[in-house]
Amino acid sequence: MSIVIVGAGQAGLQIAESLRRGAYEGRLVLIGDESFPPYQRPPLSKKYLADQMADERLYFRPLEQLEKQQIEFRPQTRVTALDREAREVVLASGERLPYEGLALTTGTRVRPLPVPGADHPAVCYLRGLDDARRLRERLPAAARVLVVGGGFIGLEVAATARAAGKQVTVVEALDRLMARAVAPVVSDHFASLHRARGVEFRFGVGLASITAQADGSFTASLADGSSIQADLLVAGIGVLPNQELAAAAGLECRSGIVVDEYARTSDPRIVAAGDCTWHINRRFAAAHRLESVQNAVDQGKIAAASLLGQSVPYQDLPWFWSDQYDVKLQMVGLSQDHDAALVRGETASGAFSVFYFKTGALVGVDSINRPAEHMLARKLMQTGAVVPPEAAADPAFDLKTCLPPA
Amino acid sequence: MPKVTFVQFTGDSRTVEVPAGWTLMEAAVQNGVDGITAECGGGCACATCHVLVPPEWAARVPAIGPAENDLLECTAVPRTAQSRLSCQIQVSAALDGLTVNLPERQS
Repeated sequence: MSIVIVGAGQAGLQIAESLRRGAYEGRLVLIGDESFPPYQRPPLSKKYLADQMADERLYFRPLEQLEKQQIEFRPQTRVTALDREAREVVLASGERLPYEGLALTTGTRVRPLPVPGADHPAVCYLRGLDDARRLRERLPAAARVLVVGGGFIGLEVAATARAAGKQVTVVEALDRLMARAVAPVVSDHFASLHRARGVEFRFGVGLASITAQADGSFTASLADGSSIQADLLVAGIGVLPNQELAAAAGLECRSGIVVDEYARTSDPRIVAAGDCTWHINRRFAAAHRLESVQNAVDQGKIAAASLLGQSVPYQDLPWFWSDQYDVKLQMVGLSQDHDAALVRGETASGAFSVFYFKTGALVGVDSINRPAEHMLARKLMQTGAVVPPEAAADPAFDLKTCLPPA
Repeated sequence: MPKVTFVQFTGDSRTVEVPAGWTLMEAAVQNGVDGITAECGGGCACATCHVLVPPEWAARVPAIGPAENDLLECTAVPRTAQSRLSCQIQVSAALDGLTVNLPERQS
């Protein structure tokens, strides 16, 4: 028996360890194309970038821990094809690894800036540890940092750069921050927060081109004809799922590798999990792709169960977080199609939550500097508690009383 | 390197060495100690790295901050006077020999 996992990020490691915990005793190969042991991505835009975290602390486990679990870790290894007929994974070296079970945890890659001049050496992205190292090396010499994209990555980098004393401008094509994820009241709160720390914003305008200057800096021209001079550009304009291997092998793909609620692809021997999947979660009517630690971990467990011949449906509650300066934004549920957003607490106090409802039902909660309320919101949603909107908006109402009796 | 011991709810225990500056949570996770989930990776955001610090050590570990205090109200096994989040306890030489107990579950 042999199981091969392609992709050594959080989802890949989760599958490997869940298989061992599930008493799988066969050969287990974990393939990664980077040169590092599996590592945590969230700190890359925060503590790691601020030089407050050594590489070893980023790694989930020292390599000995993988060896102890008899996980055959193959770093710096590229997979060039999946031979489904022969049930073999083909490596760039020509080696073929046989499998009875295969897991695809290939993650995503950054969307490149689609403008002339984007190959300027001052242009950085942030997805992997190599990206973070490159950015961290370049940051000290840069006085002016231009961030393209006002999403989580862009804002976390802006906060870190500002804390390091850089002059920071954020260009966002939409009219507000984190627009895909949070309500306007949250966007506005974070815009004020960043402005108070000295960040400048340009909303509703896209980047048009980048022109090199003789001193190594560049001029970024915006679509409205204005321009910004800077020394370093960090683009955080989204990611693309790594689905080419799956697609070339004839597996169904959409905006991600299509999997069912058991994390199975269109080939029953092959599962997929994490950022790369276009998946079904029983909680939601429509399939979607999610880029998060929660999805990597929880869907990874589901995928491992499927490889072990069990059928455990994916129905975990999505949650996310973002740290900007000393402010913690925690989100639970998917609130995109809400019809009401109610604030609990005072936004001016810097600690509040937004409760999202759709036709009277709670669909998500964003908490700003209220970690306990975030955890309570998770409990409320997990247990299917009925939360009346007027109760959510009333800080004097104890929401714990909405929980079903234990 | 300071050594700390994690005692499982079942009574099993593991003693591990902790590099200076690491948190108790990191020491557990990096050494594959069961019973600490640490979903959020040490951000003081999830209450799944709950440990119980015996009274004789209480004065030597760093004090409970406001965020940790709030989160301790959300642990899967209810908070006791010994409850701490292990991601908020940085291990120093002063904690060499520390023994903490793990709750029955984290979520």
